[in-house]
Amino acid sequence: MTVIYLVCAGLLLVAGVLAVIRAERGPSMLNRAVGLDVFATVVVGGIALEAAWSRRLDTLPILVALSMVGFISSTVIARFASVEPESERRIRTLEEVAREDALRRAEEEAADEEERHAVARRVAAEREAAERDAADREAARSEAAEREEER
Amino acid sequence: MSWSTMADWTAAILLLAGALLTLAAGVGVLRFPDLLSRMHAGTKPQVLGLVLVLSAEALRARSLPVLGMLLVVVIFQFLTVPVAAHMVGRAGYRTDQIRRDLLVADELGRDEVEAEAAALRREAGEHKGDDQS
Repeated sequence: MTVIYLVCAGLLLVAGVLAVIRAERGPSMLNRAVGLDVFATVVVGGIALEAAWSRRLDTLPILVALSMVGFISSTVIARFASVEPESERRIRTLEEVAREDALRRAEEEAADEEERHAVARRVAAEREAAERDAADREAARSEAAEREEER
Repeated sequence: MSWSTMADWTAAILLLAGALLTLAAGVGVLRFPDLLSRMHAGTKPQVLGLVLVLSAEALRARSLPVLGMLLVVVIFQFLTVPVAAHMVGRAGYRTDQIRRDLLVADELGRDEVEAEAAALRREAGEHKGDDQS
């Protein structure tokens, strides 16, 4: 009898691993949801198996709760499912993440550089305007002084 | 062979059947080619597998309150699994994540085409009515 229970546990374990592999591979959110649904079923089966083996009754409420709320996750995922671009349907590899990071950083640096140039240009323009103002004021003052002298 | 031994053996066989069904679902979910066939594989243990495992549990416990609780589990599973499957299937169809070349019949697509044609005809008829008045 114990052998049968052990075999059942092994089968459930293998099924759970396969479902998790599907959830990891995707290739889209809905496929992952299906894989996780199967995994939830494996968990329910495992709890029932353990309860049947040890004749305990205190784990049965877990089964009730799981059967009541188990469908919410996949329903919500399906509700918010959208058309995903091919590249976003899978988990990126480390190299791809690094490449995208480098690309983004280069873009940000270019934007920073651009901004620094713009600030420098603005400062230069302001300084030039101030100098021109000062020169104008100087010219006006000297003109006024000349007029004073003539008088 | 007493009744209780027989119940225990029946329970063991039912558990084995349920576990085998779950394993079949795991293999199917991993190996099948598209969303709808994966759902088809995955929903087997959610209903039949659960019923088998829970009947085994009932045969082991042999008490009325436990049977009632297990019935509640089965009823809720019967109510909620179709909801989830319907939502996932519909979302998969709408967002085009199924392989249409594997479909034997596509009644939803045919209905959509017909509905579109009917809407076009209705629009054309309304325009004709505008012209006459």
